[in-house]
Amino acid sequence: MTITIVNRVLPAALAALLAAGACAAPSGTTTGAASPAAAQAPASAAAAPLSISDPWVKTARSGMSAAFATLVNTTGEAVTVVAASTPVSPSVELHEVVGDGGTTTMRRKQGGFVIPAGGRHVLQPGGDHIMLMNVRTAVEPGAEVPFTLTLKDGRTVSFTAVAKDFAGANESYAPHE
Amino acid sequence: MSESGHPAGRRLTRRGLLAGGAVAAAAAACAPASAAPDTAGRASAGPAPLPGGDAVEPFHGVHQAGVATSPQTFAVFAGFDLRPGTGRAALARLMRLLTDDARRLTRGEPALADTDAELALLPARLTVTFGFGAGLFEAAGAGHLAPRPLPAFKVDALQHGWSGGDLLVQVCADDRVTLAHALRVLVRDARSFATVRWTQHGFRQSPQVRAPGTTQRNLMGQLDGTVNPRPGSADFERAVWVRDGWLRGGTTLVLRRIRMDLEKWDAADRAAKEFSVGRRLDTGAPLTGRAETDEPDFAALGPSGLPVISEYAHIRRARVADPGMRILRRAYNYEDGLSPDGRPDAGLLFASYQADVARQFVPIQQRLAEVDLLNQWITPIGSAVFAVPPGCSPYGWIGEGLLS
Repeated sequence: MTITIVNRVLPAALAALLAAGACAAPSGTTTGAASPAAAQAPASAAAAPLSISDPWVKTARSGMSAAFATLVNTTGEAVTVVAASTPVSPSVELHEVVGDGGTTTMRRKQGGFVIPAGGRHVLQPGGDHIMLMNVRTAVEPGAEVPFTLTLKDGRTVSFTAVAKDFAGANESYAPHE
Repeated sequence: MSESGHPAGRRLTRRGLLAGGAVAAAAAACAPASAAPDTAGRASAGPAPLPGGDAVEPFHGVHQAGVATSPQTFAVFAGFDLRPGTGRAALARLMRLLTDDARRLTRGEPALADTDAELALLPARLTVTFGFGAGLFEAAGAGHLAPRPLPAFKVDALQHGWSGGDLLVQVCADDRVTLAHALRVLVRDARSFATVRWTQHGFRQSPQVRAPGTTQRNLMGQLDGTVNPRPGSADFERAVWVRDGWLRGGTTLVLRRIRMDLEKWDAADRAAKEFSVGRRLDTGAPLTGRAETDEPDFAALGPSGLPVISEYAHIRRARVADPGMRILRRAYNYEDGLSPDGRPDAGLLFASYQADVARQFVPIQQRLAEVDLLNQWITPIGSAVFAVPPGCSPYGWIGEGLLS
């Protein structure tokens, strides 16, 4: 399955993201805010609009994988995640899973993940998730994989997900037109 | 339905967020506000657990739990062989994964990527304890620190399939379902690194039927474990915990699978049984005393002029005068079904913890292997030795001192 990523999904507000080449960007170059220091600075969570708990990523030697976490909005306004990136996959999408329980399909989530003011948004197998489209660096069990989320206002939030072997999260993919 | 109707579940969920990382404070403050499908939220639902169900044994600390912990009703000891090529860096990844699983499960939370989150909600005093066998030390490039193998004992009839192992995972809980789930989670994370060599399930009389701290009966009907170091005592500290080196705060485990020939035991009369051990079956009192805790009088002679407690009796042969040199026995019974003619495959998972295997365990076992009347009915068929690393903090992981 080849999927060409064009960020039609993302609204025009993403100047910072677009400047960095969006999902096709090489690793670690999303925005200036996504510096290693920012990535390792959850202690400043009080200032971060999102806090990330229980992040993990499904192991993969190559191909597709997915990352999960609970996103908690620490602000009084809705926060929208519009993109994600990780060094292990040059292409990353925000996905949702749709279907009736018998057959489910995942597809790009229009408009990204919206976390209401003071609320949280759970990324989990069978639900919304961060999709790694093309794993280039094997994700070994127990590895700590850096991720950066880009918000609608251009700010970024970084976290590290631990890699876990996982049998599920195998929904078929329907490239969104 | 909301979390707020179930304070215990809510509390555990919050603590999970707190421990999930440095984002904790904000997460906890905002946790209740989601309407999204949420595994953790669903997992909090259900009837309030009984006190035994949500009882938690602390995972973090100077020592690993599952050693000084008052023995739970059920245990499983799983021995793993490392896959070829599993080196130091991979071992660190493995132990970080397993530590994270253990710290979550032991407080009644699902593990990360837990597909059966609801099975994690009744910790029932769950403990997870890790031990490192010689092969793990070799794989980590630290062979010089590896525990020494036991000498051969003449009573041994060891089977390869019950012996050895590079990594031990000991899981104990008062609930068998909780135990099964925890083992499954841990094995899922271990199997990229290791294969299962053996799995040994054991059971004891539960705290609901026999008061914690009282001596248990084994499947031969004996009160087993009368002379055991008491947790919290100075003797316990000295007997069990290693005091220096990388293993400081840790201990060692000798796990022996001891088969009981219960059919043959049936054929012995009560006096012979008591004579072989040196204690009464009913009270556990030494044959020279009235109560279980009475000191045996090894010098006492009977009417015939022979010792009341035989020279060959188990308690005389196993005796260690210095309480700080004793071993901590935390044994579990096993009973793995019946043969077609009704003979049980039964015995004891003899788990012995001590600061120093060579100075404490080996001399006792050597004396018993030489002479012990009980040897007529028991046979060691499995044997393994592990270093049990010290405990860890909420930000550390088990084995960090060796592998990082």
